[in-house]
Amino acid sequence: QSFKFKLCVLEKIHKISWKNLLEISLTRPVINKQATGDGVYRMIGMEPSSSSPEWKPTVSQEEQWILERQVFHIYQLFCNIPPKSQAVMLELQRDNHIEYLMKGLRHLGPSFSVLDAKYFTLSLCALMVRCRNSFLYCHLFTALLLSSRPWICYWILHSIALLGESVDDALEHNAIHFISRCQDQHGGYGGGPGQASYFSMPHLATTYAAVNSLITLGGHRSLGSINRVKIYSFLRRMKHTSGGFSMHDGGEVDVRACYTAISVACALNILDEDLVQGVGDYILSCQTYEGGIAGEPGSEAHGGYTFCGLATMILVNEVNRLDLASLTDWLVFRQGVEGGFQGRTNKLVDGCYSFWQGGAAVLIQRLHAAAGEGHSSVRSNESFTSSEFSDDEELLEGTSSGMAEISPDVEEDGSHLKFFAASTQMVEGGFRDKPGKNRDHYHTCYCLSGLAAAQYSWSKDADSPPLPRSVLGPYSNLLEPINPLCNIVLKQYNEARQFFSKPL
Amino acid sequence: MDSDEDDRIPLSQRPEWSDVTPVPQDDGPNPVVPISYSKEFAETMGYVRAVYLADERSHRALQLTAEAIHFNAGNYTVWQFRRLILEALNADLHDELEFVEHLASKNSKNYQLWHHRRWVAEKLGTEAAGRELEFTKKIFVNDAKNYHAWSHRQWVLQTLGGWEDELAYCDELLEDDIFNNSAWNQRYFVITRHPGLGGIEATRDSEVSYAVKAILTKPENESSWRYLRGLYKNSMPSFVMDRRVSTVCLTVLTTKANCVFALSLLLDLLSNGFEPNQELKNAVEALLPESRDQDSDMAVTICSVLEIVDPMRVNYWRWRKKSLHSEVEEGVRNLRVH
Repeated sequence: QSFKFKLCVLEKIHKISWKNLLEISLTRPVINKQATGDGVYRMIGMEPSSSSPEWKPTVSQEEQWILERQVFHIYQLFCNIPPKSQAVMLELQRDNHIEYLMKGLRHLGPSFSVLDAKYFTLSLCALMVRCRNSFLYCHLFTALLLSSRPWICYWILHSIALLGESVDDALEHNAIHFISRCQDQHGGYGGGPGQASYFSMPHLATTYAAVNSLITLGGHRSLGSINRVKIYSFLRRMKHTSGGFSMHDGGEVDVRACYTAISVACALNILDEDLVQGVGDYILSCQTYEGGIAGEPGSEAHGGYTFCGLATMILVNEVNRLDLASLTDWLVFRQGVEGGFQGRTNKLVDGCYSFWQGGAAVLIQRLHAAAGEGHSSVRSNESFTSSEFSDDEELLEGTSSGMAEISPDVEEDGSHLKFFAASTQMVEGGFRDKPGKNRDHYHTCYCLSGLAAAQYSWSKDADSPPLPRSVLGPYSNLLEPINPLCNIVLKQYNEARQFFSKPL
Repeated sequence: MDSDEDDRIPLSQRPEWSDVTPVPQDDGPNPVVPISYSKEFAETMGYVRAVYLADERSHRALQLTAEAIHFNAGNYTVWQFRRLILEALNADLHDELEFVEHLASKNSKNYQLWHHRRWVAEKLGTEAAGRELEFTKKIFVNDAKNYHAWSHRQWVLQTLGGWEDELAYCDELLEDDIFNNSAWNQRYFVITRHPGLGGIEATRDSEVSYAVKAILTKPENESSWRYLRGLYKNSMPSFVMDRRVSTVCLTVLTTKANCVFALSLLLDLLSNGFEPNQELKNAVEALLPESRDQDSDMAVTICSVLEIVDPMRVNYWRWRKKSLHSEVEEGVRNLRVH
């Protein structure tokens, strides 16, 4: 197939040449981690004695420079390998990803099957410590794995679906059966099987994961196993006086809970006034002075919560209440010089934010595109689902060429691809947070989701393929289109909408 | 409780548990994403299930939940059950704070732990404020940006009090690391919600000076720029009239330091009706190599400069350029209203 991504093309697109990036990295002081306790750092061309206090980097600076060095080192390698190898680096390692994913579904790999509790706890702690910088969101939706098996199901099943594959009948049967066992008799899904009320309270995040998994699997048996009536009553029980939702009975209230509840309700067509009431107020109170959205009122603007808040506001049709200008401004600055996205200002980039931040950017783009066409009654929710979108001829006409002109796009330049290919994709399958971290299913899911969202950010509808320039890399990198609001593969999402078309 | 695996006596061998039959986990015939549990963990959970089903809210049940939590601090069901037991026993919650503190070092980013801590602190009331603030401070020593700890700290201040030294604490953190965005966010939290400070109107003046000083120290620090802009949220007329804002932009532009944030802030000023002086115009135009790209509308020129000096966001700046008219109209409208 045609591979047009030559180095010079990359240079033209983003105007920062690979060489420039290397130059930038070289101007960073070399941090000698074996430095003495009083924090003397060896600088390039500077004698230790001449380093004054102001040269000492802060914790933020040090962490950033170390990462930049690692990433630019990879780019340097990229520069020096022959074009054929460069092409390989930019390609999605489909087969290896599938193998990694299928294995996970059947059996969590060696690092998770352990012989005794101490090693297990320690290895997880070690994992936590290693992922420290991004751990919050890496496990934002999860307790430890043991209470979040529906999550692992979703991360794996969704990734497989994005790659355009499906699981075999036996595995599908087992998955449906397993997830169903997590269903609580009073509604909602818990973190583990054995009848939820038996011993695992239903939880909004695991409910989101379970429902999304079942929709991704698709088909009558899967969709039919979802008890909408009970889920609705569970969502109503989780409704909080603030307008938001609690994650579980007696659980925490935050923007994640709002998102998981509303997303599930939309996907199952059980959204109503009682669920929606007050959610907009709550999320609005979580938009910070920086422009992004926090988990709770007063907290720091954060990528994960920003996606959750933005998607929820769109789903409940109140997105125009947000200060979209300041949200957009905050969002575009979350893309780092490495090409990937950071979760918060002055923190490190992480592959999973390719979806949380990158996906939010795609949502913003669509909103601006729709608004730019002068549609006063932007049916914002509907402009994200294919069937309604393709019905509106006028909207289609205007947006085809107009989009580039009127929406702020973070994906256009090649830097995101560089980061994606060089820093997060593992050649042996799976994706990771950043160089130095291990791969995991969470990052595999969200790196791929981010790529999928970016690829389709220019599409009018599900049937029209994206433009080559927006695929990011060779056209073979093309993933399945998604509904970026619920993060479910579009075909499966539409099937579920059909299946659940009757109101409760 | 330090779980030293070698010392652990299996529950089946403990006489105080001899009356209980553990309930095994039932994954079903062909589970997916199976996890290989250690037999110690599996045994503990078997007993926990038994007491949970029997709804036994006793001391031994409390101890058992502690063991289960040490194996897996993420099991929200066990935490919730533990809370029910604590209530039923009317337990001394100071001990509970100890319990959480002990777990915190290895689980500082665990949602359940922080939620539990909040629950305990709420029960204890205002007397717990000091200790809670100290607790979060300890966490910040190792990770000054721990999101949960900051949320908890904010909750403590709002619910239990202790505001007196908060702004000073932010000063400390920012002196350590001026790039710590969590500390900047906390500053904003304090000046807007501290009941004794008079709100943002009263504190804005000194905070602007603070922000400007920080900007001049590290012009590449996005946090201080956003903070400065945030101080004038919903107060555009004051924003436009505060000379310090345009002055700091000019200073940064002329020192040829990282100018992206200065230009961006200047763009905001212009969108809100600010009228630049000649010095500013010159400073901006000096950044554009081709004078033919200059526009009589300085805002347009600024966008052109940003397209060059901030290439990663080139499309964003192009979009800002196109949106300028509506931005300015709205900005001027806001000015007139006031």
